[in-house]
Amino acid sequence: MISVIAVREQEIEKKFQSRTTPLFIPFITAGDPSLEATVKIALALEQAGADILELGVPYSDPLADGPTIQGASARALRNGVNIETCVRLAGQMREQGLTIPVILFTYYNPVLQYGIESLFQLMRKQGVDGILIPDLPVEESGEVIALSKQYSIPLISLVAPTSKQRIRKIAEQAEGFIYCVSSLGVTGTRNQLSDGVEDFLKEVRANSKVPIAVGFGISTPEQMQQLAPFADGLIVGSALVKTIEANSELLQNADTAEKGLENIKRFVQNLKCGVR
Amino acid sequence: MGIVPDQYGRFGQFGGKYVPETLMNAIEELEIAFHEAKEDPKFQAELESLYKYYSGRATPLYFAENLTRHLGGAKIYLKREDLNHTGAHKLNNALAQGLLAKRMGKKKIIAETGAGQHGVASATVAAKLGLECKVFMGEEDIRRQQLNVFRMQLLGAEVIPVHSGTKTLKDATNEAIRYWVSHVDDTFYLIGSVVGPHPYPMMVRDFQRIIGDETKAQILEQEGRLPDTVVACVGGGSNAMGMFYPFIQDHDVQLIGVEAAGHGVDTDMHAATFAKGKKGVIHGALTYLLQDEWGQITEPYSISAGLDYPGVGPEHAYLKESGRASYHPITDQEALEALQLLCTTEGIIPALESAHAVAEVLKLAPSLPSDHLLVVCLSGRGDKDVEAIQGYLTK
Repeated sequence: MISVIAVREQEIEKKFQSRTTPLFIPFITAGDPSLEATVKIALALEQAGADILELGVPYSDPLADGPTIQGASARALRNGVNIETCVRLAGQMREQGLTIPVILFTYYNPVLQYGIESLFQLMRKQGVDGILIPDLPVEESGEVIALSKQYSIPLISLVAPTSKQRIRKIAEQAEGFIYCVSSLGVTGTRNQLSDGVEDFLKEVRANSKVPIAVGFGISTPEQMQQLAPFADGLIVGSALVKTIEANSELLQNADTAEKGLENIKRFVQNLKCGVR
Repeated sequence: MGIVPDQYGRFGQFGGKYVPETLMNAIEELEIAFHEAKEDPKFQAELESLYKYYSGRATPLYFAENLTRHLGGAKIYLKREDLNHTGAHKLNNALAQGLLAKRMGKKKIIAETGAGQHGVASATVAAKLGLECKVFMGEEDIRRQQLNVFRMQLLGAEVIPVHSGTKTLKDATNEAIRYWVSHVDDTFYLIGSVVGPHPYPMMVRDFQRIIGDETKAQILEQEGRLPDTVVACVGGGSNAMGMFYPFIQDHDVQLIGVEAAGHGVDTDMHAATFAKGKKGVIHGALTYLLQDEWGQITEPYSISAGLDYPGVGPEHAYLKESGRASYHPITDQEALEALQLLCTTEGIIPALESAHAVAEVLKLAPSLPSDHLLVVCLSGRGDKDVEAIQGYLTK
């Protein structure tokens, strides 16, 4: 069967333009607990009100990730997932009706080995709308940015509380939106967000032509509410990955998968209470 | 060959800074501090004093007469880095980075370690300079190097076991980087090899070049000319880079790096990055590394914890690509045989890492003429390995 996935243009931009509240941007690891479950989870997330999906490519050495996403990555790798399967999985999501933008989250080495241009070609075909590479700072991103423009698939840049004078340089070439890292450290839930986060977000906003989203450490509706006035998007990763892990058995059994998906939707709806 | 690295931290196409944005400011600050320290006579004097009175430098360049006679070929010299305080070349770099940390006002240092030698060196420097020290070490390496773990604790460092991934040096490095991302404000990351993002490969090379600088002066004094061949083992490659660097412009000096072939390069059990690796990014640098077709970093293996690393310093990748240095694999078995031979001929127990370099000498020396000068970097002593060696030899 030859599937035709509709050509997509500037989906991320459109999404931010049409927002009334900050966009909810969940992160999931492709292939955890299984490839099949990941497609269903993506669709459930859209139904529960996700605005953009970050799809994580599992990696053997995820330097920017804490134990939760490291664990998901290791489980997905045991399922034989690679960067190509992840992109094709986005295509399967599209075939099954997913409409929200999908951003591929991947470390740089798998991109290099697949071939940067080959990856952009495949992402274009499979309906991926953006790419984020946490270990590719602006100084090293020339080749990827050139291709991202050629294929109209924005490279999402990160800024951190330590970026200081780098914020302007990063903002100048930013595409899609800027991903603001809320606090020092790797991904993972935090009881408390760092004190300066609001001033940091204001500074990024003042320098940026594109919308800004914030992530790292967001796990409760209260934190969503705290950050909502300062960002155009809120990214939740580890807390969701933990919920998926907790429902892993339900999700992998055909009789109970629905129940697992309901639990995930409930988690998301609860989080979204914070931004209504 | 021009001056490397360039302003972007590139050795030809290799090197660079592939790290999370959170760390970029810290490595930019580090680069500035390093250049300032390098130009500061006070910093240099303090470092030289520590090298001389604390570490016991200069280390001897020793003519291994018995080994030379036994092999019946090239004239073999050993650069005795094993005689440094703490038993390996690692202290050269740790002392310098420790001083730099202090100069930058950082009170806490973190380090990764494989064999434990760099961990011991870091713990030593922390004690000497009054810094707080955490050492990240893979669980598997902790098992293999119990003595060094205790040594670090005795020196007042905290050893943090790393359970992730393959539980060896690569994972210890990942975990140290993750910790650094969380504590970058007050913590200095003391990397132990010529790996990682710029400026580390350049900085560690410059802090280790004393090995080659001394060797050059010593061989000129003893033989009146430069060596024909220089051999050193390569995990990340700091002793080799330190030894090679001062000889790079001396085109008649052949440079040979020795990588760990474990059970053999045609098995799944080796750490032969050049023989079997491909270009990619590991721990912040573009270099050669062991990986699968999808860019997942694969498990390296070597009898020697210090060579059990899936990547290699980017400047080595550059030296290999440009043809200036060549890199040869040596198996566990060959290293063990070389270790025993050095023990019985010279009364020197080398570290398992250094035994790989000695093994290459056993292959090369017999077919070379007696006026061929062959220098091998004996990067560390074998005391830490004695128990493991006993285990292998009585199997």
